[in-house]
Order: sequence, then C-alpha cells, then structure tokens
Amino acid sequence: MSAEQTQLAFGWECRILADNGCAFPAPGLHSFLFKPMFTIGGFEFNKVMMLALLTTLIVVTVFTLAFGKAKVVPGKLQLAAEAGYDFVRRGIVYETMGKKEGEKYVPLMVSLFFFIWIMNIWSVIPLMQFPVSSVIAYPAVLAAIVYVTWVSVTFKRHGFVGGWKNVTGYDNSLGPIKWLVSFIELFSNLLVRPFTHAVRLFANMFAGHLMLVMFTVASWYLLNSWLIPAAGVSFVMTMVMILFELFVQAVQAYVFVLLACSYLQGALAEHH
Amino acid sequence: MIANLVQLAAEEEQSPLVPPGPELLVGTIAFAIVFFVFWKKLLPNINKVLEQRREAIEGGIEKAEAAQTEAQSVLEQYKAQLAEARHEAARLRQEAQEQGAQLIAEMRAEGQRQREEIIAAGHTQIEADKKQASQALRQDVGKLATDLAGKLVGESLEDHARQSRTIDRFLDDLEAKAEATR
Repeated sequence: MSAEQTQLAFGWECRILADNGCAFPAPGLHSFLFKPMFTIGGFEFNKVMMLALLTTLIVVTVFTLAFGKAKVVPGKLQLAAEAGYDFVRRGIVYETMGKKEGEKYVPLMVSLFFFIWIMNIWSVIPLMQFPVSSVIAYPAVLAAIVYVTWVSVTFKRHGFVGGWKNVTGYDNSLGPIKWLVSFIELFSNLLVRPFTHAVRLFANMFAGHLMLVMFTVASWYLLNSWLIPAAGVSFVMTMVMILFELFVQAVQAYVFVLLACSYLQGALAEHH
Repeated sequence: MIANLVQLAAEEEQSPLVPPGPELLVGTIAFAIVFFVFWKKLLPNINKVLEQRREAIEGGIEKAEAAQTEAQSVLEQYKAQLAEARHEAARLRQEAQEQGAQLIAEMRAEGQRQREEIIAAGHTQIEADKKQASQALRQDVGKLATDLAGKLVGESLEDHARQSRTIDRFLDDLEAKAEATR
C-alpha cells in the first residue's frame, strides 16, 4: 500500500472471510498523507491545505455575516456569534488575564479559538472527514505564534534581566537550589512549552482521526457472513466516536486558547 | 504491514511530528487572514455595537429610575394632600357640630324666654282684666242693688256710708260662699 492509494482508506472488495487474501486495512500514518490535488511550480497542493483555506473562508464568512453589519438589536446569527465571542472574551481571556490586561489579546484568542475549532470539526464533516489540526504543521504554526507573542511580551514588560528572571522563575529566597529551579523552569517554559502546546492539539486530533477511521473501516470490513453483528457494533462505535470527537474538538480548541492565555498571563505578571 | 508503513513513512521522511514546509506556509496564511479580519474589522465592529447596546440599556435603566423617583415624589405629595384634606374635613365637621349644638342651645333658650314672656304677659293681662271687670261689676252690682232696694223699700238709701258698707258686706258674703262651693 503506497501513499498514493490513501485517498480511499480501503478497497471495497476487501472484506473479512472474503477469501481474496486481503487483510484488515488498518489505518496508520498513511491515513494522514495525501497525494497532491494539483501542483503549481513544484508546490504540491493537497486536501489538508484546501481544508485549512476552507476553514479561513468559513470563519471569515460566518463572522462577517454576523458582525459585518452588526446591529444593536441582533439577529439570530449575530446573537449566536456574540455568544461565541463572549465565551472566548469573558470566559477565557478575562478569566485568566483580567479585563484590563486581556483586552489587547482578545482578537488573537478569538481568532485562535474559532480557527482551531473549525479545523478540528472537519474531522466529522462528510466527504471531508479529516481534522486539519492532525497534521502537525497547523498546530505548530499556531503554537509558534503564541510562543513568539508571550516571549516578546515578557521581555517588553520586564526588560532584559527581568524577562529572564520571569522566564526562569529566579527567586533569591530559594537559596542555592535557585539555580536548579531556574534551569528546570527555563527548560520547561522556553523549550518544552511550545512543543507540548502544539502536540497536545495535534495528538488529540491525530488519535481521534485514527479511531474514527479504524471503526469506519472495520464497519465495512466486518460486514460479511456471521460477523455482520460485529460490523453493527463497529458502526455504533463509529457513531459514538463521532459524538465524542465533537466534544473533544471543542475542548481542544478551548484548551489551546486557555493555555495561550495562561502563558501570556504569566508573561504579564510580576515575577516573584 | 505496519512495519511496512513505518518504513514507508521513514522513506518519505514523513514523521508525523516533523512539519512539512508548504503546510507551515499555508497554515500561517490561513490563520493570518482570520486574525487580521477579526483584529481590524470584525471585533472593533461588534465591540462598538456592544458598547452602544450597553449604553442603550443603561440609559433605559436610568430613565426608568428617574421616572420611578418622580412617581414616588408625586405619590408622597398626593398622600400628604390627602391627609391634609382629611384633617381639614374632620376639623370642619367638628366645627359644624359645635356650631349646631350652640345654635340649638341658643334657640332653645330663646324659645324658653319667649314662652315665659308670653305667659307673663298673659298673666298680667288676665289680672288687669279681672281687676277691671271686678271693679266694674262691683260698681254696677252695687248701683243696681241699691236702686232695686230703694224702689222696693222706698226709703232713701242715699246715705253713702251705710249703703257702701252694706253692699260690701253682701258681696263679701257672696264671695265667701263662692269660695266655699268651689
């Protein structure tokens, strides 16, 4: 099985007990590789890129329809969009950073939340069925943006020395172990943090997609002979996983933004 | 099979944790568009509207509060006026009652006085009339009796002294008899 065949995750003829020597086409890394849809000057444009751009299109379109000509007495769409906006602004940004400090970062957090959420939702949209954030590049870009933001804010707010003290949690009252603490903090904050921030989102979506593909493929693969009830179980599991994924998609968008806010809050806070 | 896939992945240098360049670019562009539209256009837009709404609601609340305060003061005023009016009415009623009682007492006294006057006048009149009648009667009876006696006896009874004494005695006898029979 080569990467070129992964447009369709399995062959139609491939069934259990079919006696054509076909094993279960388990999903794997190949499920996340797509052959290019077209190529412009060596730039290979694939399905995931299309979905990423569709995400942008959808978020911008929906919110332009909702907020483009916003009214004091809102329509249904504006009301719903306001609820989402308010959730991020009040429920995440103000909660972590406070209204005064947080206001400036509301646009970043709101766009992060809805961009990530729609990227995740592609996972369960028929025909698309692929979460954009399960390709590490997309979470990595967003985590990098957050990383650059909070690191620059740290040094802008506290100056060069103060910035380093903030990042390392340097504290004289700790005595000689302060060097050890500072080293761990430095390692954890500057090196591990952006990596975990991106991978947390990526891995959740990656695993979710694997599960969905696994149960979907199994539902078809088992649909033969006396194993048909097992196919039914697998199909029910597919439905359950779709519902669960819908939940996870929203939660992961929320967690990503919440962490971004908490990093920024730490950058803005006075070092102790 | 799985080993195959891992090998394949390794061959194509597609570890899932190593981001491919083109996708980083697309991701950056896709997010940048969303961010700038939100930052420059949509969020300022909705914030303005939310602010307007907040002001409209707060303005409404202020207006309602003012109206309530006014209503309260008017109510107080009315209550005060009503109490005053009640007080006034009670005072007037009291006054009227007092005046009425006084009037009745005055009229009663006046009536009493008039009645007594009329009775007294009547008594005086009766007394005078009685006296006059008795006087006239006495003279007339005396004269008539004398004349009659003179005619009968034929002798002059002109002797005034005797005559008068006799008549009086007679009359007194009469009166005494009348008293006794009454």
